[in-house]
Amino acid sequence: MPEVDMSVNLAGMVMKNPVCVASGTFGFGREYSEFFDLSELGGICAKGLTLHPREGNPGPRIAETPMGILNSVGLQNPGVDAFIEHELPYLRQFDVKVIANISGNTPEEYGVMCEKLSDAGVDMIEVNISCPNVKAGGLAYGTRPELAAEVTQVAKQHAGSVPVMVKLSPNVTDITQIARAVEEAGADAVSLINTIRGMRIDVNTRRPILKMNTGGLSGPAVLPVAVRMVWEVAQCVKVPILGMGGIAKGEDAAQMMLAGAAAVAVGTALFADPFTPVKVREGLCEIAQKQGLAAVRELTGGVRPW
Amino acid sequence: MKVERKCKIVSKEQLGDAVYMTLEVGDMVRTSFKAPGQFVHIKCGEGLLLRRPISVCTCQEDERSDLLTIVFEVRGEGTDWLARRPVGHTLDVMGLLGNGFQVKPEGRYLLVGGGIGIPPMLGCAQYAQGKCTAILGGRSKDKIILNDCFEEACAKVLVATDDGSLGHHGFVDALVRRELGEDKGYDAVLACGPRPMLRNVARAAEEFGIPCQVSMEERMGCGIGACLVCVCDMKDGSRKHVCKNGPVFDSKEVNWDA
Repeated sequence: MPEVDMSVNLAGMVMKNPVCVASGTFGFGREYSEFFDLSELGGICAKGLTLHPREGNPGPRIAETPMGILNSVGLQNPGVDAFIEHELPYLRQFDVKVIANISGNTPEEYGVMCEKLSDAGVDMIEVNISCPNVKAGGLAYGTRPELAAEVTQVAKQHAGSVPVMVKLSPNVTDITQIARAVEEAGADAVSLINTIRGMRIDVNTRRPILKMNTGGLSGPAVLPVAVRMVWEVAQCVKVPILGMGGIAKGEDAAQMMLAGAAAVAVGTALFADPFTPVKVREGLCEIAQKQGLAAVRELTGGVRPW
Repeated sequence: MKVERKCKIVSKEQLGDAVYMTLEVGDMVRTSFKAPGQFVHIKCGEGLLLRRPISVCTCQEDERSDLLTIVFEVRGEGTDWLARRPVGHTLDVMGLLGNGFQVKPEGRYLLVGGGIGIPPMLGCAQYAQGKCTAILGGRSKDKIILNDCFEEACAKVLVATDDGSLGHHGFVDALVRRELGEDKGYDAVLACGPRPMLRNVARAAEEFGIPCQVSMEERMGCGIGACLVCVCDMKDGSRKHVCKNGPVFDSKEVNWDA
């Protein structure tokens, strides 16, 4: 079969294939590099960073649900400076795009982090305005268009030439409203979806499994929600979309791209099988081959809705 | 290099409420064994997303295929699925993961296992070549498993049951205190079991000024330190991860009040 061009362009960042790993599921790559060569990936969305180190939420932080998990990690991370000093040089050994993910308590904090990361030379900055597991900021930015726009603007002002991608929350009435707001504010790309708020209760103890009571749902269970949201957002913005939420195989990734994603990220499925991203890439390539495509990017937006 | 392997179940037997399985694990032991007390992360069926972390009981290198034993109780859907796998069936196993107990073959240790925390201590007993004392505890005598193996691998074996149906009537920490009081020759106390037991054992060891290592349990995700869900609160305020930094920790570093 003829070779398929797997490369994609996400807001000017060219990746050799469209498969990334989602922030918060992959740490800074060190652990999974013991299973496969990180250069196999298109990009790595690194673990979410904050201006100062955070220890995160108390445990239990995970609950298993039907074909999914709830998590309430709460942005445990070593802080942006430690990332730049210790983790970025490590990631730079690999032929893979490095996407730093940031969360702030104020727009100013987003600005400071963007400046540091831009100076350090990451390939893209993913602005998390939608973490459901932190009290200050976080979700509020992601659920109100004017706040989302303000954070985006500040991030853009401080990111220099590094493209800014805004990660959208599904926990909103109309995700297209937020997507439009961040596009107008200058976002170069959007990524979606973050986790969906959920809860699981132990019926015997009558306690929620998670110490924080609620958490974010991810895994195959959320795939149809993610595909629908990517489809909706794709129709109302021009910026490229990094699609994520429940991808576990090539067909899932193809759905996401047909819905409108330029590239995809694999997350929770890694926990079941550490080789998932490589298998997703191979599966996606196979689908493109079978369909006689010259380039995988031809899938993007190719859905034929009724 | 960590590995994910298809591993064949070569034997399976019931030990009271627990299931004892021997697996052929390829070169897993040769390539990733660090110390007794590590765990394997097993995929339990297609319908469940998360793997189940299970402590290694014993393991050995072998020419054809390394061998590893696990002992587990049915706690939910995943372990129920696992318990039903017949001999000859293959499992998807990631291992060996985590850091085990810091032990030296020439060391002499007081091993304390409670309930389903008993099996991992057998690996320690074998590693320290017959010089250890084991204290095995459980709710009742049917929870005291692998006694004969411990008798073989240890210099002395003591038993405590909550209901007095076997050995000392009470908790293991009473036996730990008695043993540490009578014998000053232990290098460390090593323990695995439910958190309240670990806390009491840690306290007893501290009273006698003996180092104590404990194997902690927490709901786990990736099993390798990437997803950060399995936290262990430390005294210094930090939150470490059971899968990567543990599962064994120095008892003095753990925040027992968390």
